[in-house]
Amino acid sequence: MVKNRLSTTLAGVVFNNPVVPASGTFGFGLEMQDVYDLNVLGGISLKGTTGEARFGNPTPRIAECPDGMINSVGLQNPGIDVLVGEKVPSLRKVYDGVIIANISGFSIDEYVACCAKADACEEIDIIEVNVSCPNVHNGGMAFGTSAESAAAVTAAVKKVTTKPVFIKLSPNVTDIVSIAKACEYAGADGITLVNTMLGMRINIKTRRPVIANKMGGFSGHAIFPVALRMVYQVAHACSIPVMGCGGVSCAEEVVEMMMAGAAAVQVGAENLRNPMVCKEIVENLPEVMDRLGIDELKDIIGIVE
Amino acid sequence: MENKLFDIESNALVAKDTYRMTLRCEGFRKMSPGQFVDVALDGRFLRRPISVCDSEDGTLVLVYKVVGEGTRQMSEMAPGGKLDILVDLGHGFTTGSCTSAALLLGGGVGVAPLYLLAKELIAQGKKVTVVLGFNMASEIVLLDEFKALGADVYVATMDGSAGTKGFVTDVVKEYQPEFDFYYTCGPKPMEKAVYASIPGDGELSLEERMGCGTGICYGCTCQTELGPKRICKDGPVFKKEEIKW
Repeated sequence: MVKNRLSTTLAGVVFNNPVVPASGTFGFGLEMQDVYDLNVLGGISLKGTTGEARFGNPTPRIAECPDGMINSVGLQNPGIDVLVGEKVPSLRKVYDGVIIANISGFSIDEYVACCAKADACEEIDIIEVNVSCPNVHNGGMAFGTSAESAAAVTAAVKKVTTKPVFIKLSPNVTDIVSIAKACEYAGADGITLVNTMLGMRINIKTRRPVIANKMGGFSGHAIFPVALRMVYQVAHACSIPVMGCGGVSCAEEVVEMMMAGAAAVQVGAENLRNPMVCKEIVENLPEVMDRLGIDELKDIIGIVE
Repeated sequence: MENKLFDIESNALVAKDTYRMTLRCEGFRKMSPGQFVDVALDGRFLRRPISVCDSEDGTLVLVYKVVGEGTRQMSEMAPGGKLDILVDLGHGFTTGSCTSAALLLGGGVGVAPLYLLAKELIAQGKKVTVVLGFNMASEIVLLDEFKALGADVYVATMDGSAGTKGFVTDVVKEYQPEFDFYYTCGPKPMEKAVYASIPGDGELSLEERMGCGTGICYGCTCQTELGPKRICKDGPVFKKEEIKW
């Protein structure tokens, strides 16, 4: 059997490669099936889903920034029943890799109800619990910004599922390590970080915010160093696997994220300007590894002390 | 959706703040009227969505207005340069919805996608009346091109410096052109006026600040009678009966 140099395993789930489009930047996967064969992807993190369907925030929801962008989509989604009943089964018909359901909620009860439904959906491999979306008033942000509430969500959802649970953390905190450790202690099987950073732009001609909701989540290449730093801190403080996310745009940055401690790497905003980027990264990785003297990617996870 | 690298053949000012760019790329397949492309610009994180004014196999024509830094950068690009463009985006106009006579109503640079539409409708043997609305005469664009296609063309300007003084809807009231289906693209207030005052069935091309242009980010969603729709993927063209202002 030929060795897969790109393979990585997180919480017992084998990924053919570490490249995963991040939640919110790849729809429900199906949107991209005509663009390239999705099976090139190690995993796909689906659009954030709540208990009921949501329209999301008013438009404009998008603002461009130097080397990045702000979004304030506000968790537009068709609801958990459509996710598990239609979206995931349809995706599984064309995709053999790791399917990650991204769950959000406005109360612990909502997280629990959604995770129970995701647990019952056999095509879902990993549940990623978003405690960090900055777009919803009194919503996700509150859970992800304190160790106690992040741990409370973690403990509650772990009771209703046997699937691996990854908690997706917000970078808008003073001490990311204490929150990650609280989630680990509460039973999380892994951590995804980071989500977007709260940001804002103003149209100086109209003297009004560009985004209808005033503020939104800043992402894109500009946040890579901050995300990398947080991945490094958390991966070295916790013993559960980390999916690194934030500003990744090329194979070299996937390697860098893995050296910082990520066992898999999510690619987010870059998908919006280059819809081919994940495929290109997977295809470029072997050459980059050869150049850097890396035999297998799993050998470099957290290699930087 | 496909990603193509185009050669800029020409890029010239054709009206106030309005440019016409002709691009060539081998293997590029003609797009449908009402569809758009997404243009990557050096140093800009997001692409610029721009409607297709005209296209043939291998050729793409964009008529665009400078509205910000990105489009200004585009306007300064010289022939001979290259542009990375996502093509074949969005759901365009349905030419088959018109039986024999079409009314096309455009406002500002929103007249651009109506050109390819008029061309196709005329090729199908349909009668086409075009009403072009601008703020002032110096903004008028594509007038001669529409006439050359054989369309009946009317102009409205807000300041009365050309054609009928007022809105495109004033022209329709004044001349009462015959049509069995209308198509419109322009600023939201104009489209709302068209929606409210022009009788019969039609299609409207909507606009919103976009993230991806390909339907994956849900940044440009609008509410419709059939639920939330992405303007970039489910639109930009919607049937009149789907629209919810």
